[in-house]
Amino acid sequence: MQYMLLIYQNEAGMAQAREQDITEMMGAYGAYTKAMQDAGVLVGGDRLDRSANGTTVRTENGKTKVLNGPYAEAKEQLGGYYIIEAKDLDAALSWAARCPNAQYGVMEVRPILAM
Amino acid sequence: MAAAGDATGRAVEAAARHSYGKLVAYLAARTGDVAGAEDSLSEAFAAALAAWPEQGIPRAPEAWLLAVARRKSIDRARRRRTHQHAGTVLLMLAEEITAHGDSDAAIPDERLRLMFVCAHPAIEEAARAPLILQAVLGLDAAAIASAFLVSPATMGQRLVRAKRKISAAGIPFRLPERDELPERLDAVLDAIYAAFAAGWADPAGTVARSRHFADEAIWLGRLVVMLQPDAPEALGLLALMLHAEARRAARRDEDGEFVPLDEQDVSRWDAGLIDEAETILRRASAMGTIGRFQLEAAVQSAHAVRRRTGRADWLAILELYDALLRLTQSPVVAINRAVAISELHGPRAALVALDAVAGDPRLAEYQPYWAARAGMSALAGERAAADDAYLRAIGLEADPAVRRFLQKRRGA
Repeated sequence: MQYMLLIYQNEAGMAQAREQDITEMMGAYGAYTKAMQDAGVLVGGDRLDRSANGTTVRTENGKTKVLNGPYAEAKEQLGGYYIIEAKDLDAALSWAARCPNAQYGVMEVRPILAM
Repeated sequence: MAAAGDATGRAVEAAARHSYGKLVAYLAARTGDVAGAEDSLSEAFAAALAAWPEQGIPRAPEAWLLAVARRKSIDRARRRRTHQHAGTVLLMLAEEITAHGDSDAAIPDERLRLMFVCAHPAIEEAARAPLILQAVLGLDAAAIASAFLVSPATMGQRLVRAKRKISAAGIPFRLPERDELPERLDAVLDAIYAAFAAGWADPAGTVARSRHFADEAIWLGRLVVMLQPDAPEALGLLALMLHAEARRAARRDEDGEFVPLDEQDVSRWDAGLIDEAETILRRASAMGTIGRFQLEAAVQSAHAVRRRTGRADWLAILELYDALLRLTQSPVVAINRAVAISELHGPRAALVALDAVAGDPRLAEYQPYWAARAGMSALAGERAAADDAYLRAIGLEADPAVRRFLQKRRGA
């Protein structure tokens, strides 16, 4: 099965992080991504820019409305994702637990529906 | 199934009772889909009702049902036409070829793995125990709902959601690792106890199905103890169930009337089961980690003392309920604790203790609360309050024998 690991993190907290901590975290992410590649589970993934750089769009009564900012205001924001191939939920959960973000924020594991 | 009153109907019903959980577990372990396994199995039962009157009851009914249900599951998986299900189809086709259709013994028992799937942390907590009852014992949502004090509609939705999640999220059928065991085991033990309580509600065992729940619960309890011999709470639960089971025969008199615990004839208690329960409880307490089920079992042990001394050890019972109340905050424990207070310090002190939990909305429709209140009010000489509480208890009781008992008390 394929699962998406959604990385939710506190952007305000991240913005205040020390340079050294950021460097350390990026190193951890690099090692984590490589581990998933080596295990043959990694399908894809990306980092996302800050939610302040997001824009929402919807159509109401035939008119397109564009709004500045993310869809939902919350303590944690979606900051990136991985898509992995795992044999079951427990395997996906154990990869999610290894993500550096599990230490700072929240990981959500969602099954991807086969089209 | 209940409509078929003939021999075939009875054979199908017997097969349903004995094989339900085993067959659901077997099918679901292969497809990862509990709801689909249940559907396949109910189609197989329907097929049995149609085929057995003409062909006769097969020598191995379980294997017959499994063959039909497996075929239905293969069809179900094929219809989905996804990559994931192709593997399932191949696996089950292979098993179909090698299956021994003439033997029930060859079907592997996957019930424990199914229980741990139901107790997985990814499943909503309130759904875990009900899910085990439904998938392993075949209890319907309404029966489970009454055991858990929620509405049947709520319980039905909860079960549907949980089963959908098992297959959609890909929760694996495997036994937990050592480090995940304590949390998962708690949920499994809770469910086994709830199953036992559902069977216990029919003390005469007149309804074959609910008598079966108590037997199955004890069987499940033994299975967990066998697989996890060093889990004290698993031992505690088994001891608790055996103590209660030992008193089953004494709960009815010759006329089938209800006999409350303190009036039971101790010679009708099953000494063998009590001894087994005591041995198991000693094994548990030697491990040095106390828990809810061990405390409950110890309460039963203090009641069993009446065999030798003529009186239950109420002082010990009150202390045990004090500890249980600290541990669980359960209103049901508070009621039992009040009963012990009544024995030791009189009905007025007990009523004060009951008043402390009277505000809990769950108790408004809970028969034992009103029965306890009624008995204590009567002892305290408060006739109007006793009469009112008896009336509420009678109105909430489903067992006719217990209802008659309460009506007699009310009239006394």
